[in-house]
Amino acid sequence: MKYFYLVWKSLWRKKVRTILTILSVFVAFLLFGLLSALNQVFSGAEDLADARRLVTLDKISIINSLPSSYLARIESVPGVERAAHASWFGGYYQDPRNQFAQFAVDPARYLDVYPELTIPDDQREKWLRTRDSVIVGRDLVEEFGWSVGDRIPMYSSIWTNTSGSQVWDFEIAGVFDSEDPRASTQMMLIQYDYFDEGRAFGQGTMGWFIIAIDSAGNAAQIANAIDTQFANSPNETKTSTEAAFAESFIGQYGNIGLIITLILTAVFFTILLVSGNTMSQSVRERIPELAVLKTLGFTDGNVLSIVLAESTFVMLLGGGLGLGLALLVVNVLGAVPLPGFYLDAAAVTNGVVYIVLAGVAAGIFPALQAKRLTIIDALSRA
Amino acid sequence: MSDDLVVLKDISRTYQKGKEKVEVLHQLDLTIANGDFLALMGPSGSGKTTLLNLLGGLDQPTSGSIRVGDAELHKMSSSALSKWRSTNIGFIFQFYNLLPVLTAQKNVELPLLLTRMNGRERANRAAIALSIVGLEDRAKHYPRELSGGQEQRVAIARAIVSDPNLLLCDEPTGDLDRETADEILRLLQALNKEHNKTIVMVTHDSQAAEYARHTLHMDKGTLAPEGAG
Repeated sequence: MKYFYLVWKSLWRKKVRTILTILSVFVAFLLFGLLSALNQVFSGAEDLADARRLVTLDKISIINSLPSSYLARIESVPGVERAAHASWFGGYYQDPRNQFAQFAVDPARYLDVYPELTIPDDQREKWLRTRDSVIVGRDLVEEFGWSVGDRIPMYSSIWTNTSGSQVWDFEIAGVFDSEDPRASTQMMLIQYDYFDEGRAFGQGTMGWFIIAIDSAGNAAQIANAIDTQFANSPNETKTSTEAAFAESFIGQYGNIGLIITLILTAVFFTILLVSGNTMSQSVRERIPELAVLKTLGFTDGNVLSIVLAESTFVMLLGGGLGLGLALLVVNVLGAVPLPGFYLDAAAVTNGVVYIVLAGVAAGIFPALQAKRLTIIDALSRA
Repeated sequence: MSDDLVVLKDISRTYQKGKEKVEVLHQLDLTIANGDFLALMGPSGSGKTTLLNLLGGLDQPTSGSIRVGDAELHKMSSSALSKWRSTNIGFIFQFYNLLPVLTAQKNVELPLLLTRMNGRERANRAAIALSIVGLEDRAKHYPRELSGGQEQRVAIARAIVSDPNLLLCDEPTGDLDRETADEILRLLQALNKEHNKTIVMVTHDSQAAEYARHTLHMDKGTLAPEGAG
């Protein structure tokens, strides 16, 4: 700590250079924060997946629906505690750009297998009672300015209703939240019975089943039992854990995690070169000064520590500000309306570790150069 | 008990210059008494600065022994020498070598960073050192805001702040005009007489050497007999 003043003053020896370096580190860690949050959007579904939930789909394609009779047969499999179903509505609100997830579900069953979704009791009751009602996630309400009681038209690009229209009219019965701040609430849940009776085709089918099981350890065995039950039928199934389902769903977009990692690697490598070069330049300019410190009794280790502290401090300043702004934008202001766009504690911890590592990596070679200086040679350069 | 502060015996120092070996000091013996003020004179390349570097533990002899006080410098490691220098030696350079980013006060405090003193104690000690060299009113000034003479005074304050016994001065007036040089030399003389600092000063300037108690002349790595210059 007693060297802090010396480190601080040395940093500002060339103000413009130091500010530019801090700015480049700032941008790098702001980018790190935002990309980490983006990664969370894609990997969040996997993280949020419950190990005690299975998903049963048509074996050939998620597009194919399954007979509703499967629900009871799935519930009869040993180890299955509860089961729900969902069907893709595939609609938008007012403008084709306003796309979000809408599922037709059995309200009681669905909320039973997703206990993390919370909704006030009176709104839940209203949804259960009112066939043409929906509940919507908090994020949607905030995005479209809806209120409970509003009637909203939804255009389905898949489902024509019995009156020959693709526009479905719903009343908002309630607004749900999620206990997990990372979970998306950009979702609308429609009453399956109303949807099934109202659609012009496909009655009696369901999109997929969500199954709550007794133990995560039995997942493979139960999944196998379910799929065996429907083997050699016209609608064979594929049952997997919710995490595996989420992973395969996200896989459609490509390996986002790898892409983000590659971008960040390139950014960090560039930052290391920039900062390392700045520190080397700074040490070269101060060789006589460092020699004076050694003459006064500073050991090689002292000098090494001072140079390392300088480079780490530049990273802490720039990286701290960048990560801090990313946290502010993503978590506090919620400025990016993407479901699951969130910086969790692990990402922040990673960020801090990377800041320190980058500081040490950028400073280590100049610090070693400073450590190895021989006083007599260095003083002769004064 | 001997009153000798510095005892050098049979000191040689050879440098490798390319394929050639250059002997800068040759079997040199020197004794400096406690409280002495010694001027070292001689032509360029005679080995004055090398001798000063050896006395300050900045360099090691190729052969021979160096004792300063109780310390056997030729036997000490680099880090042990660093620690020893921080409390036993004050260095004064021709070009002052102050850190430009620090004020006079903070420059003087630098050697005290290596002690267990807290910030307040360091500041007090630095203020005393600055008052000894007559610069208490320049404490908050940066080196660029000081004249050459003032910079050298700050350097002297830095050299004495940890109260070392031995001050090593390498051409301390080499960059100053006559009048300022005399001021600095009077200050060194006062430190020698009033504060009992032992001083070894390398100089080309015979007028500067007159401020010392003794003058030794060096040539080709050896000391000329006293009075021979």
